[in-house]
Amino acid sequence: GRAALSRARHGPPEEAEEEEGGRYELYPGHIPTSPLQKALLAAGSAAAALCDPYRHDMVAVLGETTGCLALPSLRDKMKHHPEGHRVLQERPRIRLSTLDMARLRGLPDGSLGREYIRFLEDNKVSPDTRMPPKFVDDEELAYVIQRYREVHDLMHTLLGMPTNMLGEVVVKWFEAIQTGLPMCVLGAAFGPVRLSARKLQVLATELVPWAIRSGRNASCILNIYYEQRWEQPVESLREEIGIFPPP
Amino acid sequence: VYQVFESVAKKYDVMNDSMTLGIHRVWKDIFVHKMNPSPGTILLDVAGGTGDIAFRFINYVRSVWERQLQRRLRHHQNLSWPEIAKSYQEDKSNSLGDSQVVVCDINKEMLKVGKQKAEHLGYSEGLSWVIGNAEELPFDDDKFDVYTIAFGIRNVTRIDLALQEAYRVLKPGGRFLCLEFSRVSNPLLSRLYDLYSFQVIPVLGEVIAGDWKSYQYLVESIRRFPPQEEFKAMIEDAGFFKVDYQNLNSGIVAIHSGFKL
Repeated sequence: GRAALSRARHGPPEEAEEEEGGRYELYPGHIPTSPLQKALLAAGSAAAALCDPYRHDMVAVLGETTGCLALPSLRDKMKHHPEGHRVLQERPRIRLSTLDMARLRGLPDGSLGREYIRFLEDNKVSPDTRMPPKFVDDEELAYVIQRYREVHDLMHTLLGMPTNMLGEVVVKWFEAIQTGLPMCVLGAAFGPVRLSARKLQVLATELVPWAIRSGRNASCILNIYYEQRWEQPVESLREEIGIFPPP
Repeated sequence: VYQVFESVAKKYDVMNDSMTLGIHRVWKDIFVHKMNPSPGTILLDVAGGTGDIAFRFINYVRSVWERQLQRRLRHHQNLSWPEIAKSYQEDKSNSLGDSQVVVCDINKEMLKVGKQKAEHLGYSEGLSWVIGNAEELPFDDDKFDVYTIAFGIRNVTRIDLALQEAYRVLKPGGRFLCLEFSRVSNPLLSRLYDLYSFQVIPVLGEVIAGDWKSYQYLVESIRRFPPQEEFKAMIEDAGFFKVDYQNLNSGIVAIHSGFKL
């Protein structure tokens, strides 16, 4: 009893370990699931996220269970791009423990690093609250979705959007065009449901068209090695990627 | 096991309703009806965390007691009105007829949820909440009329010790009652039950409680628990007599009963 519990709670650090049904734990935190379980999870997490938008874990689960087409395509985009390929090889992680906060804070205003820190402090968020993937059955794809989650805050910085409901919806529209992840599409479509009429108007007339235009024009946002570009000015990075200046 | 139930405590009741589609309430009702407690019974409910059995016990003895009072009143219709009013006073402070239930659980969080529920539902009299381990109960010998453990004994590491402790704290003539998941013998039902348990329950755990692993553990622990006859033998080994069991829903759940003579 207890032995099985501790084995289930502390996954193996590197190698695969046999689980029930002969399926393997491919990475720490991986929970192998059958197709039926994935379908149930997708439906359940979608319902839970709609009922309670603060259930970020459900949004994460929805992304993982529905991303089976979008994730491989993202991974291939990364593989076929020199910088993206390097990201895939080196697997950088954006975490408080790996970021040199003091150095980034000391960078000039307008640089990516300085603006990113400003964004984190203004909105009182931390990069460490991103859920690790559980239900992705490929170890490389698990990294891709992890990278997407960790880059999300940088998207906010590049798009100049705050973390309120309106800002999140705009970022979701951008991400939906960029990644094609069904979770982003659903979030972009259903997010506005909880907004006031005034905000909806701003959203529909200015923000969403801008987000769509930028999303289409921009190169793949996962192909940027952000950790090597902290000094680069945000505007120059925007131009390079192809994001239009925010309204 | 402690950590599993710490994270599970707050969502315990919601999860029970979702997993069993509310049927667990029926099982618990049948359980207390089988107990058929009379007013004045002292019950020890072990692993009783959120209080489901305790509350049902209180409801049951209260209605039995009220019926007894009414019958008594009918026989006292020749009393004067001050005497009748006085008997009301006496009965008011004793709405349960001296029945008591002690809810014992190893997990503080579960007891906390139980206490909050009791307050919310208006239960105050006759209830006590004690932290304790089923393998080593903090009670003296021969103290209780009934010992119950509902959906708790499969989580005990040494079931034999829990049974021995149950025997010890019961008064002679006392009754042991256990409500627990058991073995389904019907092969078709068994396969459907396994499918539901392994495919749906962890998903429910993840979606409702954000906790896949605890509910995976739950489903596995049900499979590891001894089947009806074997558990009956274990209860007999602890010294109980007239040990018997009753299957509910073809063995998905079973009620085992024994007496200390």
